Amino acid sequence: MIRYLGKRIIFMLISLFLIVTATFFIMKAVPGGPFTSEKNVPDEIKAALEAKYKLNLPIHEQYFNYLKGVATWDLGPSFTEKSSTVNEMINRGFPVSAHLGAQALLLAISGGIILGVIAALKHNKWQDFSAMILAVLGLSVPSFILASFYQYVFAINWGLLPIAKWEGFSYTILPSLALAASPMAFIARLTRSNMIEVLGQDYIKTAKAKGLHSFAITVRHAIRNALLPVITYLGPLIAGILTGAFVIERIFGVPGLGREFVLSITNRDYTVIMGTTVFYSIILVVMILIVDIAYTLVDPRIKLSDSGKE
Amino acid sequence: MKKNIFALVSSIAVLGTALAGCGGGQQATTPPAEQPANSQPATPSTPAAEKKPQVLRLNLHSEPPTGDPGLAEDTTSGAIILATFDGLTRIGSDEKPHEAAAESYTVSDDKLTYTFKIRDHKWSNGDPVTAHDFEYAWKRALDPKTASNYAYQLYYIKNGEKANKGEAKLDDVGVKALDDKTLEVKLENPTPFFLELLAFRTYFPVNQKVVQANEKWAGDAKTHIGNGPFKIESWEHKSKLVIVKNDNYWDKDNVKLDKIEFSMVEDENTELSMFDNGELDWAGSPTSDLPTDAIPALKEQGKLTTQAIAGTYWYKFNTEKPPFNNIKIRKAFTYSIDRQSLIDNILQRGQLPATGAVPPSMVLNPNGYFKDNDQETAKKLLEEGMKELGITKLPVITLSYNTSEGHKKIAEAIQDQWKKNLGVEVKLENKEWKVYLEDLHQGNYQIGRMGWLGDFNDPINFLELYKDKMGGNNDTRWENPQFKEFLNQSAKEADLDKRKKILADAEQILMDEMPIMPIYFYTQSWVQKPGVKGVQITGLGDVDWKGAYVE
Repeated sequence: MIRYLGKRIIFMLISLFLIVTATFFIMKAVPGGPFTSEKNVPDEIKAALEAKYKLNLPIHEQYFNYLKGVATWDLGPSFTEKSSTVNEMINRGFPVSAHLGAQALLLAISGGIILGVIAALKHNKWQDFSAMILAVLGLSVPSFILASFYQYVFAINWGLLPIAKWEGFSYTILPSLALAASPMAFIARLTRSNMIEVLGQDYIKTAKAKGLHSFAITVRHAIRNALLPVITYLGPLIAGILTGAFVIERIFGVPGLGREFVLSITNRDYTVIMGTTVFYSIILVVMILIVDIAYTLVDPRIKLSDSGKE
Repeated sequence: MKKNIFALVSSIAVLGTALAGCGGGQQATTPPAEQPANSQPATPSTPAAEKKPQVLRLNLHSEPPTGDPGLAEDTTSGAIILATFDGLTRIGSDEKPHEAAAESYTVSDDKLTYTFKIRDHKWSNGDPVTAHDFEYAWKRALDPKTASNYAYQLYYIKNGEKANKGEAKLDDVGVKALDDKTLEVKLENPTPFFLELLAFRTYFPVNQKVVQANEKWAGDAKTHIGNGPFKIESWEHKSKLVIVKNDNYWDKDNVKLDKIEFSMVEDENTELSMFDNGELDWAGSPTSDLPTDAIPALKEQGKLTTQAIAGTYWYKFNTEKPPFNNIKIRKAFTYSIDRQSLIDNILQRGQLPATGAVPPSMVLNPNGYFKDNDQETAKKLLEEGMKELGITKLPVITLSYNTSEGHKKIAEAIQDQWKKNLGVEVKLENKEWKVYLEDLHQGNYQIGRMGWLGDFNDPINFLELYKDKMGGNNDTRWENPQFKEFLNQSAKEADLDKRKKILADAEQILMDEMPIMPIYFYTQSWVQKPGVKGVQITGLGDVDWKGAYVE
């Protein structure tokens, strides 16, 4: 197990290195820079700006400086937000995005599994159909439409919840719901199809035959097996959802990290592009590792070993 | 991916209109007492309240990137800085500069030396504001190490440009504190708009002690020290900014607001919904924008306020690439646009058709330089121009713009007009903003969209762009020695009327040769609660809340 982990961590570091390198060079290859603007500044000022942010160095030096920065977790100053560093931006934005993401995940996972299980147990009955209609809606209605719809109904028409901003629990409800819709629908469909498959297998029939209560069969035998694909899906989902969702954050005025991903690219805010990408990648690779470990907890037949054999 | 986001954003806008429309209608029938429990109780629901709490709730479209007057580049930062700082002068409600941090001033006869007497007043932390703070602030902005993008605003000061370019020492810059209360400023040229410039943020003072003690002073409410009507009370980045009345302000008796709360919601539809729901007192310009699709409905309901600002939306010709190396063809394209119908049907914000480069607030020739929608002349000029070039049919023209729903609609309308009026095939091409800018700056286009907003109220803002062929903001590759000469003369001319005449002659040349095709002059539009009074929005589109109040 420890050898396996060690090996995985080394691979993680290598993939991070590759991500940093690829992002860095692709980013530099895009036309336009942080100081390209409608009001072009005199060359001397541009030169001073480039010197200040060390953009005047040869590209390989910039690259090595950057690698050093990532290694020491000093991601440099933001070009656009002159009073902030990238570290500060991540420290400010991530807790907000993570809070919102965690709530949405909780909703998505619990709601999705419950819907999926009900749909599978009542296969081809009205419960199944209504759960799946919900799921199809959740998957096909884009989150910004859902978000505006929630705002209109809950905030404007009924006045139950605030329209936007981020100032307390009541402000988190609508964005969490909007953010949770699509993953919840996906999890519901995934759970349903796996449950149906598992429920048709011999060992479930055996369990039924020996007179086990159907609740016990579902919880102890069926769900466990049906959840493996869901767990696989959770890795990237968690990484994505915790680091923020641009559209939802924009519509609800949430000061999260999601907007930085998108706006930094538009602004060619090099350090922020790199910082957010690296940050996201770290969370992603860690999540994938955790997912692999989680397999063994859910299904004891799976063993982690570096030889790859069971 | 980027495309997807644009698609998303624009779809939000479309959807939002429907909702905003409904929301607006709903609002009219909803008594104001039915506000959601969570909104701040800024307006008490008891109608008996005689004295309204002097609080404004506004929205900023984005987080102000900085609160540092020397480094700020954008209007959002500019609005916060104007609220929290006071320059030597401040633009009053008459649109003219008045003494502010300066109590009085004298000007030498050659108009090259200004001596300011600094008013006895304090920074928001209690330190006295001295002439040294001004000297320090200006030299700091000019120091190449500060790398201030807006340092060129200080080039009117003697040796300012040279110092910024590293050709002269900072000590040689023509600004000197003779003592704590006296500031002497020497200029390169007599600059008739200098007093107005002083009200611009790059000329604001900074507290030397504060800035030197902490490099990041401008990003935190605790360390942000100004000398203006308000001070920052709290600043939760990307979320909320609160400014309160500054009790150390010299003119605090004329500051009526106790507090302004800014939320930072980026989405314009959300902002408008919040306004309709009574959570905001103002939505739209100048600190944000209204969703384009909501404009017609708001206009119909009579809620919309629109004001002209000093900015011109124009198309640029690449004058080096045929067929636009021919003046007559450039003119034909310019004359054949029907600007008024574009404004009435597409833009719908009461913009003014532009038949000159310089916007109305600083206008040189109020009648314009050509007739809008002049098809006859356009056709004639096109024919003559083609003959001069020796061609019988125009090739397909490419019209470029940066990706945005608004620019696209305008380009499509103009494409259609050119096809109908001149029989020209026009291809549209859109690019992501920075890629587009790069292409334009490199002359990699035929006709391209651009806009320009004035920094201060003087025509030179709009004319000097086209002074040098390779000047950073020209893009058209056009140059004219006579035009250049007029601009140089105007810098040295101390007599205001003569100077205006010179500049008008220069604009005439620009419109005779037509490297640019003016389309419309910008306006700002917003909706506001009727009780909000005294918010001053200058002709440049800057907003000052100093005299604002709620009744």
